[in-house]
Formats: sequence, structure tokens, C-alpha cells
Amino acid sequence: MGLSTSVLLIIVLAPLVGCLLAGFLSPFLGRAGRTAAHSLTIAGMVVSVVLSFHVLYQLALGGAENYNQNIYTWFQIGHINASVGFMVDRLTAMMLVVVGFVSLVVHLYTIGYMRDDPGYTRFFSYISLFTFSMFMLVMSNNFMQLFFGWEAVGLVSYLLIGFWYKRPTAIFANLKAFMVNRVGDFGFLLGIAAVLTFLHTLDYAAAFNAAPTLIGQHLQITANTQWDAATVISILLFIGAMGKSAQVPLHVWLPDSMEGPTPISALIHAATMVTAGIFMVARMSPLFELSSTALSFVLVIGATTALFTGLIGIVQNDIKRVIAYSTLSQLGYMTVALGVSMYSGAVFHLMTHAFFKALLFLGAGSVIIAMHHEQDMRYMGGLRKYMPITWITMWAGSFALVAVPFTSGFYSKDAIIEAVGESHRWGAHYAYFCVMAGVLVTGLYTFRQMYLTFHGKERFKVIEQHGHADEHHELPPGVLAHPPKESPWVVTVPLVALAIPSLLIGYLTIGPLLYGNWFGGSIHVKQTNDVLAALAPHFHGAMAMGWEGFTGLPFWLMVAAFVICTYVYVFNPSMADRIKNALKPLWAVLDRKYWVDEVEYALFASGGVKMGRLFWKFSDAGAIDGVAVNGSVRMVHRTAALLRRLQTGYLYHYAFAMIVGVIVLFGGYRLFGN
Amino acid sequence: MFNHILSLLIWLPIVGAIPVLLAGSARPMLARSLALLITIVTFVASLWLLRYDPNGPVMQLAETHVWIATWGVHFTLAVDGISVALILMTTFVGILVIGGAWKVIQNRPHQYMACMLVLEGLLIGVFCATDALVFYAFFEAVLIPMYILIGMWGGPRRVYATLKLFIYTFTGSVFMLIALLYLYQKAHTFDLATLAALPLTMKEQTWLFFGFLIAFAIKVPMVPVHTWLPDAHVEAPTGGSVWLAAVMLKIGTYGMLRFILPITPDAGAHFAWIVIVLSLVAIVYIGYVALVQPDMKKLVAYSSVAHMGFVTLGIFMAFMLVRDSGNIEMASLGLQGALVQMISHGFVAGAMFTCIGVMYDRTHTRQISDYGGVINMMPWFGFFYVLFAMANTGLPGTSGFVGEFMVILASFSASPWIAIFCAFTLIIGAGYTLWLVKRVLWGPVTTEHVKHMSPLNGRETWVLVGFAVGVLAIGVWPQPLVHLMDSSVAHLVQQLAVHKI
Repeated sequence: MGLSTSVLLIIVLAPLVGCLLAGFLSPFLGRAGRTAAHSLTIAGMVVSVVLSFHVLYQLALGGAENYNQNIYTWFQIGHINASVGFMVDRLTAMMLVVVGFVSLVVHLYTIGYMRDDPGYTRFFSYISLFTFSMFMLVMSNNFMQLFFGWEAVGLVSYLLIGFWYKRPTAIFANLKAFMVNRVGDFGFLLGIAAVLTFLHTLDYAAAFNAAPTLIGQHLQITANTQWDAATVISILLFIGAMGKSAQVPLHVWLPDSMEGPTPISALIHAATMVTAGIFMVARMSPLFELSSTALSFVLVIGATTALFTGLIGIVQNDIKRVIAYSTLSQLGYMTVALGVSMYSGAVFHLMTHAFFKALLFLGAGSVIIAMHHEQDMRYMGGLRKYMPITWITMWAGSFALVAVPFTSGFYSKDAIIEAVGESHRWGAHYAYFCVMAGVLVTGLYTFRQMYLTFHGKERFKVIEQHGHADEHHELPPGVLAHPPKESPWVVTVPLVALAIPSLLIGYLTIGPLLYGNWFGGSIHVKQTNDVLAALAPHFHGAMAMGWEGFTGLPFWLMVAAFVICTYVYVFNPSMADRIKNALKPLWAVLDRKYWVDEVEYALFASGGVKMGRLFWKFSDAGAIDGVAVNGSVRMVHRTAALLRRLQTGYLYHYAFAMIVGVIVLFGGYRLFGN
Repeated sequence: MFNHILSLLIWLPIVGAIPVLLAGSARPMLARSLALLITIVTFVASLWLLRYDPNGPVMQLAETHVWIATWGVHFTLAVDGISVALILMTTFVGILVIGGAWKVIQNRPHQYMACMLVLEGLLIGVFCATDALVFYAFFEAVLIPMYILIGMWGGPRRVYATLKLFIYTFTGSVFMLIALLYLYQKAHTFDLATLAALPLTMKEQTWLFFGFLIAFAIKVPMVPVHTWLPDAHVEAPTGGSVWLAAVMLKIGTYGMLRFILPITPDAGAHFAWIVIVLSLVAIVYIGYVALVQPDMKKLVAYSSVAHMGFVTLGIFMAFMLVRDSGNIEMASLGLQGALVQMISHGFVAGAMFTCIGVMYDRTHTRQISDYGGVINMMPWFGFFYVLFAMANTGLPGTSGFVGEFMVILASFSASPWIAIFCAFTLIIGAGYTLWLVKRVLWGPVTTEHVKHMSPLNGRETWVLVGFAVGVLAIGVWPQPLVHLMDSSVAHLVQQLAVHKI
């Protein structure tokens, strides 16, 4: 039995309908508009999620065939066809379930988080639009639609980062995010053009079938330079992934994207959109497998991201920024997995990460509500007794993040580390060091964050005010008008709903996903590159892997991080500042984020504006208009002024000219004649 | 069968201008309503063109009238798919321009409306002329109403702007006229189909090519003869700007398709690199210039130059692809991209200038620094503004994406270097457009100007909805448009593949 087109269409269109109704109808309904907005969008999401699970069930257990059909022709020129169509296999189905589930949970959470926001209906409209775009991206069966989804999620990300459009920082961050992503898209679009040039199609299936013909083909760069076609295509496509999945040096937009409301930090900037790059590379595995150069490039970029962005997370004080840098670092792990041809491992980590990172963000959001929109951890502490559900679920998410054995993060991350150790690709040694050191770093920033937020002494003061509920915005940092309290059920239920898969999903799925060839033909790995096949003999089930985890180096690095943080933040709080002072230069490097932002801003933003001024003043207004255009006009004026002298209208001028003329003529005749 | 539809479309708005004029300045509402009615009737009549059969002969709905018998000049009209698309775009935008210019002009509104109607008729004439002299007459006549629009209802520096516009474009036209006269004395006709079949030596073609190129390059406008456009836009009233950006620029590239491709294919192929380089300069260099403009209208005017660069690039890349690598399909893709970009730019640039007009009506300033936080006062306007800005940056799902996507895809086959430079629009285009949006739309309300802005009224909303329909329809499903122009593109590709020497 095959999948039905109408079911797939409903999955995609239900969020879009929800978005349109919430966006265009709710504003005209007055007070009822708010209820209408969240009911309609959530109804759409429920439909999508239920059907997504149905699709997954059919593909995984129901024996359904993979779906690959065009819905309508977007354009057809000669044999070049661009269509809107769906390719749904197990990889897509898994993405649908993850995206749909997290999105639904976030929709629900938003009811509580955005309760008092004037942009309530707009927010629901945006997140449903995002879900639609993301579905279009993961369900695409061709490069055109992939690019559509790619840019559409970028648009929604832009709108949501700048959701609070009165904040100067928010509208700076959203412009920055869009621009940096566009740098990636620049490469991505060129990659798509290269695919069309060499493989003569935009359709996935046709392109993958034709992929082996790339071997031996070259791109003529200059008369004497040729580049391998597969390498060029893969690297160009990967540049797109570097933008969307925030890999060094295009990572700078993600921490700033935290200006957006917390629910979208969870949905877009942690769980789903930023993993689009990882998904895309996994989908394109038949192309990437043809170039080990490109994969080494992927590996080195990923490893660098994994370690160095994690380090920055250690010195952050904003609770959301810590998680943002953690997201960067985890995306680096996924990219490393791609780089060693372990595509299924990358997608596996993508899935587990989606759950535990969404959980951490939503938990942080819950803390932020309780702290009346204070995000600085230096004014928190001791919150565990005020908000036990948030506290426990956040610990669950943190355990998964630092890879405590048996949690889902443990299975996905340890598998990646082992695979890197097994790989012989150029750059694998460097990557192995980075991902291993990254474990210690992950532990440091995670435990530090948990201690600063939930444990230790309270570093905020509560001033009870009566009847002045709205005045707490003007209070100095660290002073609250009401004591913090646990968030309402619309916030805590999503936390619990995410905590369960964060702990269990890895244990349940590692066997089939990594070692059971669950993805089948969706992911293509060359036999010589297959690190998972090499590791498979050592895998004796999830239970055994969990127990073995206690003896591995990553576990002890994590324990080391735990001991350090516990000592520093629980037993000896003054220690943190002393360490900071002792390592001042290092701290400065991390605090300034290696000055990457400054350099890129000076080079591209300020540099671009300066270049524009130069072009405009000197060339457009100067050379063309000033000299050529207005210069010609002046020339005409001057010539005319000269010629005008000849026609003064005075008789004696003419008589004089005649006499001179006669003399010259006769004189000339006398001198030169004959 | 009624076969004077093309004459009707040309003369309906031009003759319709007379009753509008007669309404007089005492009855402005009557003049406006009449003008609106005429544009709507013209649009409805133009829907007849959808009878054009894309699978039939290339030129259809032809009609011939003797014009100047002694010279053998006929007033011949006919359309192919490209003309149909452009005429439909013109008549549709015509309604929106009249709707957008409703209240703004208080000084002699009847003359203003009449002027725009005449302009519409003349532009339609350009798109269906199949006789070179008829084309030339319309091509030049378009200048007159535009000159009046800017000169009468323009801004403070309108005299400079109109003179610049007139002298610039007229200079180009002289070269074209000489080229046409040369062709006439060789072929004894101005009929375009005959001229296309005329054998010409390389030397002749070269001279003719540059004659045509100068004339059309100024109209497009291409770098470095673009500097009249920002000045004309800045001084023009909103309606004039919309006409200028949406339709008038297209007659330049349309002329290239009708003259350079069929008449001088060998010279075109030989010198294509010049136009390609200039197009890339337009995309990259003008992008940087647009980035730093302090005046919104200038910024969008420069962005028009950059976007028209894709049209000229798509057209002349076709030469490269057909002649150098025999890649007919990629050449068709590039040409289609150029054509879709022409239609799309009509909607997107028209919409951008209308948006600026909407803000200008409230604040009477175009300086970006006078704005900030407009969305606080005009939330629905913000929706449209972001939509059109995104179309301007080529976001998929909007019409702005389709043409650029096709041209970039095709360009990679021609040369990766061309692709790198033209794909740069993804970055710089987003840069100047979204930085504009950031400074104008987002942020808190900081200036007095913005504090007093009122939300969109019903009429403005309908005009913007009209543009949005055009932008989204093409963006979501370009195939009908592509199919309409398909056979005409195939015909063009054949023509430029022909060696005349």
C-alpha cells in the first residue's frame, strides 16, 4: 500500500491554513481573535502531527512504498523541469514527526509564554507559517522546492527574531541573521546551478541516479585550472548548510537570534530550522559520497564549530545565550558525523537534540517568565524550590545534553565520537580531539548553567508591591515585584512531554537507526567510507552500550566537568571570579567571541557601505554624472557661448571681420598662390 | 471574427483621455472616475489576448493599415506570447496606477489622469508594433507624456530631471533612427519580419548593433548610461514613477528582443560579452550604490537598474549559450528568466514605488532618516511592505525569485564566473532592501513625521492587494506565464542561432 497524496497535502497545508486564518481573520475578531488564533493553528498542527505519525507508521511498520511524485509543474522549459512535489521516505517521515511534534508542543507552550503580548495572534500565524515552510523543505523531491523551503524558513526566522520590532537589538539581529544566511544561500544556489549544469535535472531521484556520471567531470575555472565537479557541487551545497546550520564562520547570527521570543528559540533556532543543513547534507549523501575532499572540509568545519563555540558558552551570563552556544556546538557534532560519512548518526543526533534542546529552551523560558523577563543568570540562583517541575525537567534535558549514559543524548553523541575515532578521513584526528574535548566543555557550561540558575543562594530580591503589577519593568536588575513561581500547565506540560523522549528515545531507536539500516536507500554510503559497518560488530544492543558508557573517556570527562562545576558553584562560589581573574586574557578572548563578529562586521557591513559610498560619490555622481553627462552639457554651453560672440549684431564687428577676411584671403593668395 | 483588438487596446486609453480632459479641473472626481473606468475597460479588453494560442503560429491577431503609402509604411500590429504578457501587465498595472494616484494630485487632476491614459496607450503600442517605424513612433512618443508628468507634477528639481531624461533618451534614439534609415534603404521596408531575414555583412551588423544597443541601453537603463533614472524617479510624482519603473524600462529590453536578436545576430553574438559584463556591473556595482542612498526613491531606482541587469544578462547570455556550446535549452531558460524578470519587475518595482508614495503622501519626505517605526502606525502597510521587499530580494514564492533563479541557473552553464557575480545579488540585494526596511519600518517611532501617519485607507489597500496578487501569482505558479511565452522564446532562440554572413 502506498502513501496517499491527499494525506501528504493535508500535512503540509493544515499549518498554512492555520497561519492564514490566524493572520488575516483573527485581527478582525476582536477579543475572540486570540482564542481563534491559537485554536485554529493548534488544530492545524494536531491534524499534521497525527497524519505525520500515520505516515511514519506506514513506512516503518505498514510496509508502504516510498512516495515520490510531483504535485504540479512550476516551470517546464525544454527538458528542464521544476515542480512542486513530495519525496517521502523514512528520513522524511522521521523529520516530519520531529518537526511536527516539537512545533505542536511549542504552539501549546506559546499560549502561556506569550499570554500578555500584543502580538499574540501574529506570533501564532508566524509559527504555523514556519511549520509549513519546514514541511515543504523536508518533503521536497527537487532542488527548486528545497530552495523555496530553505528561504521560507529563513523569512520566518527573520520575522520572528525581529518579532519585538521596537527593540533596536532585535531588528539588528534579524537583519544580521538574514544577511549571514544569504551568504550561505549564495553558495547553495550556485550549488543547485552546478547540479543542473552537470546532472541536467533538478529532481532528486534523477540527480542521484545520474550522480556516478560526475566522476571524471570537471569545472573549468580558468584556462589552466579545473576543479572536480563532485567536489565543487558538494562544497557549494555545504556552504548553504553552513549558513542555515550556523557553522563557523557563518555561525555569528545564531547567538543574536536569541533576541526573538523563547518559544521560537526552541523551535526554530534549536530543534528544527538550524538542523535543515544537516538534513540537506544527509539527503544529498549520494553526491557528497563522491568527494572525500568535500567531506574532509565538512569534517574540519564541524569539528571547529563543535569545540570553539562551546568554549564561548562557558563565559556567557545570559541563560538563553548559553543554550544558543550549546546549540552551535551540538550542530558541530552533527556536522562532524556528516564529515565521516555517518549520515544516519547525524540525523540521529539531530532527532535527540531536537527533543532535549527544545526542552532546555522551553525550560529557560519558564525560568524567564518566573523571573519577570530577567535573563541574566547572575540574578538567579536557588530557583529549584520555587519551580520544581521546571527544575527536574531541565535536569533531564541537561543529562541528555552532557550524555549521561542511557539518556538519548548519550546514544547519539557517543556513537558520533566512536565513529570519528574509527574514521580514516583527512582531518579525523583533529575532529576526534575536538569532539572529545567538546564533551568536557559541554559539561562545564551545562552544569554551570544549572547551578547558577537553580542551586546555590538566591541572588535576587523580592520587593512586595501591592496594586502596582505593571511597575516591575522599571525595577533594577535582580529585584522582583513578586516571588518567582512555577509556570502554568500550558508551560509545564510541554516540558514533561519533551523530557520523556529526551531520556528515552535514544535507547529505543539506536539499534534500528544506526545499525539496522532503517533509512534504507534514503542514505547512501560508499562501502569504504562506512564507519558504522566497522563499528557494528562492537554493538550489542542499547543496554550493553549504556553500561559500557561508564567506562569510556567521554563519561569521565563529563564527570570531571561535574566535579569542577560542583566545587566551584556549590561549595566555593568565590572561586569562579578568582578563576576568571587568573585567566583574564583567555576569558577576554572567549567573552569577545574571538572577535569574529567585529571582524566580519567591519569587513562586510561597514566595508560594504564604504564601498557603496565610494562607488556612488566617485563613479556614479562623479565620473558619469559629473564629468560625462553634466560635462557634456557644460561643453555645449561653452561652445555656444563662443559661437555667440560671432553674432553680436553690431555692424562694425561684421565690417571688421569682412576686412580682416579680405586681407587674409588676398595676403594668403599673394604668399602661397602659384 | 473581430480582429482590431490591438488597435482598440492602443486607442481606447488615448481617445479615452479626451473625455477625462473635458471633465475639467472643476470636476476632479468625474475625471478620476472616468480614468479609472477606462483603465478597467482596457484591462478587460486586453483579456481577449488570452485567446492567443501558444501552440499556434508565433505572431497572432495581426492587423494592417496603410500608413504612409508613398514610403510603403504600414501600420502593422501583431502579438506573440511575450507581447501578450507585457500588454496584460501594462493594462493591469494601469488600473493600479490610476487607483494609487487618486487623491494625491490636486493641481489639474484631469490633465494628470489624461496624461497617464495616453502613456498607457502608447506603451501598449510599443508592445504590439511589428513595423519598425511604428515601433519607433510609439517608442519616442512615450517620452512626451512622461516628460509632461514629471515636468508638470514633479518635485523641485523637475526641470533638471526632465531635461536629463529627454536629452539622454533622445540621444540614444538618434542612433536608432539612423540604423533604421540604413535598413530601410537596403530593404525598402520597415517590416520587422523582412528586416529579420535581411542578409547583412558583419560590418553592417556591427554598426547597426551599436546603434540599437545605445538606444535601448539608455532606456533600460544599463550602466553607465543609467544616471537619468534616479533623478527622473526622485522628481516624478508617484504615478509617473510607477509607470516608469513598471513598464517604461521594459521597452528598452523589449526593443533588444525585437531588433538586436533577429536583425544583428552575428554582431550580437560577437559583442555579447560587452553587454554581459555591463549587466554584471549593474548587478554588483549598482547594488553597492543602492546600499548607501539616503533617499528611498533613489534607492529603489538603483535597485531597478540592478534588477534590469538580470534581463539584459539573460538575453545576451543566450547568445553565448547557443553560439558557443549549442546549449539551446539553457539559452531558453536564460531568455525565459529574462522575460519573467521583466514582468515580475513590473509588479515589484511598481509596488515598491507605490509603497513609497503611500508614505510620502503622509509625511512629504523621502529621506530614509526621517522614518523609523512606521509599522507601529501602519501595521497592514507593514505587511505589504515586507512582502514587496522580500519580492525585491528574490524570495522564492514571490515573482522576484522566478526570473533571477532561471537566469542564475542558466548562467552557470555559460560560465561559473558569470554565475558567481550574478548570484551575488542574493547578498547585496538583501542588503540594500532589508536595511531599508529596517530603517523605515522597524524600530520605535522616533520622528515627528512618523507620529502622524495614518493607517492605510481602503483605496490604498486595494491597490497594494492588486500588486500582491501579481507578485504572488507568478511566484507560486509561473508555468502559465512560461507556457504563454514558450513558443516565442523558441522562435527567438532560432533567430539568434541563424548566421547571416
